[in-house]
Amino acid sequence: MEASKVIHAIYTDDDVLMAAVKKVKSAHHHIEEIYTPFPVHGLDKAMGLEPTRIAIASFIYGCIGLTVAIVMMNFIMIEDWPQNIGGKPSFSYIENMPAFVPIMFELTVFFAAHLMVITFYLRSRMWPFKNAENPDPRTTDDHFLMEIAVHDNEQELSNLLKETGAVEINLIDKAH
Amino acid sequence: MEYKISNRLRLTAIVLMIVGVLGVSYSFVTSGKTFEQVETMLANESHHGGGHGEEAGHDKVADHDTHASEESHAETAGHDNAESHGAHAEVDEHTKHVNHVMHAMHKRPWAAIYVAAFFFFMIALGVLAFYAVQYAAQAGWSPLLLRVMEGITAYMLPGALIVLGIAIASGLIGHYGLFVWMDPDVVAHDKLIQGKSGWLDITWFGVRGLIFIAGWWLYRHFSRKFSIAQDNADDNKNFKKTFRISAAFLVFFLYTESMMSWDWIMSVDPHWFSTLFGWYVLAGMMVCGITVIAMITIYLKSKGLLPKVNDSHIHDLAKFMFGFSIFWTYLWFSQFMLIWYSNIPEEVTYFIARFNDYQLPFLGMVAMNFVFPLLVLMNSDYKRIPWFVIMAGIVILVGHYVDIFNMIMPATVGDQWAIGIPEISSILLFAGLFIFIVFTALTKAPLEPKRNPFIKESEHFHY
Repeated sequence: MEASKVIHAIYTDDDVLMAAVKKVKSAHHHIEEIYTPFPVHGLDKAMGLEPTRIAIASFIYGCIGLTVAIVMMNFIMIEDWPQNIGGKPSFSYIENMPAFVPIMFELTVFFAAHLMVITFYLRSRMWPFKNAENPDPRTTDDHFLMEIAVHDNEQELSNLLKETGAVEINLIDKAH
Repeated sequence: MEYKISNRLRLTAIVLMIVGVLGVSYSFVTSGKTFEQVETMLANESHHGGGHGEEAGHDKVADHDTHASEESHAETAGHDNAESHGAHAEVDEHTKHVNHVMHAMHKRPWAAIYVAAFFFFMIALGVLAFYAVQYAAQAGWSPLLLRVMEGITAYMLPGALIVLGIAIASGLIGHYGLFVWMDPDVVAHDKLIQGKSGWLDITWFGVRGLIFIAGWWLYRHFSRKFSIAQDNADDNKNFKKTFRISAAFLVFFLYTESMMSWDWIMSVDPHWFSTLFGWYVLAGMMVCGITVIAMITIYLKSKGLLPKVNDSHIHDLAKFMFGFSIFWTYLWFSQFMLIWYSNIPEEVTYFIARFNDYQLPFLGMVAMNFVFPLLVLMNSDYKRIPWFVIMAGIVILVGHYVDIFNMIMPATVGDQWAIGIPEISSILLFAGLFIFIVFTALTKAPLEPKRNPFIKESEHFHY
């Protein structure tokens, strides 16, 4: 169950943020989310997030792209309208394969890249015309925001966060 | 931390060299067969074949088409005309075939030692270029590995001199065992080589080889000197000097490396040319160099001598191994596809010889240098496991040895190739020399360049 009250702690430096995350985690508080203006290396590990599975998805998409390229080139260049490729009219896919390798490579990359980006957006619940979710516009500029669930331990939490170097601590009521 | 070469390693290197020298001498001594000896040998072989005799005969005749353009430049252009005179064809064919086999046998030890010498030299030169890139780019991750690279580049000078020495000796005393354009008889009957004789001239070949080597050695000498001086300096003056000479060296290197690859490799096939050959050789050189950096780093780390090198450094080296393997494949394929597509006779013979006589090494090499690293080094976790990187590295090194083998052998020994005593003992000889020189050089300076301005960043390097 999502906590109805959260604390927003704001930092101005990624190194301070990293140290703070480690401290908050070691005090066994649950960090709901962190908003940063740029990707911070190692933040996912410090937060204890599961490793990403996008690489597996990407591999599968690449294989799909490769298959599409092979089937497509075979149909277009060999079956539907046989082509004399490089003065070698063998009309066999495998014998003309060197000519198809660039297309096979390009479509593998094309499918992997585009489908991976689309997967990433959907998995992150981002789609066109969606309203921004980040709670503070400064996180798109030079501030870092850590969101922590509050379970009647507001005082203890804000003391801890102050110690870690937060420049601002706000209690937010997230009543739906 | 100071490194001292262990007695066991030194002994291994010396044993490798002794075994190598014995094998190489043996193969030179036994290669000098006369016409009659080769004739009896071939006769015995076809008798053993029994029922296959006829088939084997067919192969030989079929092979002649390729040899006419590829292997026996010695027999030159006039040869095609001679062949069409059907009259004394039977006798001629036989003499020609025996001669062909005999020449290939004479050339084999030269080609074998040349391939191995070039392979180990190429590792050191690749590392030297990679080292210069680290300085020119002011890389922060790598300073902890710089001394390892300096150790490897110590082999550059002796290695290069040996390669050039073998190349020139093959023309002076080796009966043109490697480069047919060194043979005045061949040139006299060959219009294409005559057109290139301004460049392909043995004196000019030697002079430019020495200019290349001198340039590379000057960079290696001064960068090493500044690197050691930087250890006890209190400013970054030496580092800045290395930065400047590294940038200049890289320009010099890219031109001379290209010319070196035309001279030392591409000219074994003097009719054939490829405009991206320099790049192609460079890619192989970089993969091998980085692989050896990774292997030696892992070895020294396992001895506790590089305590500050963490698994992120290994990871980055493995990424480079992966990346340059893909780059190598890109160039290999670009070269192959354009020639295959355009199908111009004087270009395409190069690949026809390889597909006909070298199918296993030629295609096996692509599997070892591309498919294997692609699948094995793709996963990022595996790049941090030392033994995994070593195993992948061994396959990559073997693959690139075979690559050099495929560049030299078809033009020298043709279809008479094998991996036997000449090839293996040459590898042992130069492996021993390489280990001996590299690990001796590693003892000469502390393994950590402690006053390098980026050393802190390198220590904290975290991917």
